[in-house]
Amino acid sequence: MATIQSIVGENEPHPDVALVERVRGGDITAYDELVRKYDRQIFRIAQHITQNREDAEDVMQDAFLKAYEKLDQFQGNSKFYTWLVRIAVNESLMRLRKRRTGKMVSIDEDIDTEEGSVPRDLADWAPDPEQNYTQSELADILRKTIQGLPPGFRVVFVLRDVDGLSTEETAESLGLSVPAVKSRLLRARLQLRERLSRYFKRKKVRKEKGVKSDLH
Amino acid sequence: MLDDLIDDSVTTQMRADLQEHLRGCEHCEVTLNTTRKTIQIYRSHEIYEMPAGLRERLHKAIMERCKKGC
Repeated sequence: MATIQSIVGENEPHPDVALVERVRGGDITAYDELVRKYDRQIFRIAQHITQNREDAEDVMQDAFLKAYEKLDQFQGNSKFYTWLVRIAVNESLMRLRKRRTGKMVSIDEDIDTEEGSVPRDLADWAPDPEQNYTQSELADILRKTIQGLPPGFRVVFVLRDVDGLSTEETAESLGLSVPAVKSRLLRARLQLRERLSRYFKRKKVRKEKGVKSDLH
Repeated sequence: MLDDLIDDSVTTQMRADLQEHLRGCEHCEVTLNTTRKTIQIYRSHEIYEMPAGLRERLHKAIMERCKKGC
């Protein structure tokens, strides 16, 4: 799977390095470029963690402003995007804590769950199962399915598999160890696969009415 | 093993061994294929579209912050 690292190559400087340097030199348009490059991803991550659109909008704004203000602290040991994601994850968790007033929210805690460890539902899927649904039905299914995962699993899956960060970059962004990322990623993938099977498995064509009843 | 195969982080020999196993094990083959499909579906469908105007609001906020000292 292509990651940012493998596309750019290990020895070439990442294109963001030049943009960050320009911002440090006072060129605000370079920061606009960084925002436009990553705003969708940051919004998506914030949505996945907070599960709330208003919060995600605030998180995105706060994360980019904070990154701008703290740019002097960015050492360049990691990629700008990895550093930015870490800020966005922290902002998202803070927002979530506020909303849940006092209830501890953490992506550190490991969830001991049997689901996802051993695949149970092994019915094969139809060749292009998503084509049985409209775009909006499919988006509902995908949202509902991933929302059922613990936050720590969700965010690992999104960073690693949707965003395409490497395992190491995901670990760095979340302040987790590489083995913890790997373990969560596998369980997240298997849980999602199992949950999606009810919609996508072969031979059991659901009528539209049936789908809707599943979604509400 | 499953995730190593998905992530393409296996040696050539291990890949050959796993592929040999997959040919005779429907359980593993289905798990591998549907897990790959799960990832592909999530990758290719944006489920949280960024609201219209958000980028412009952010740009404005950054410019305002910048005026205060950047």
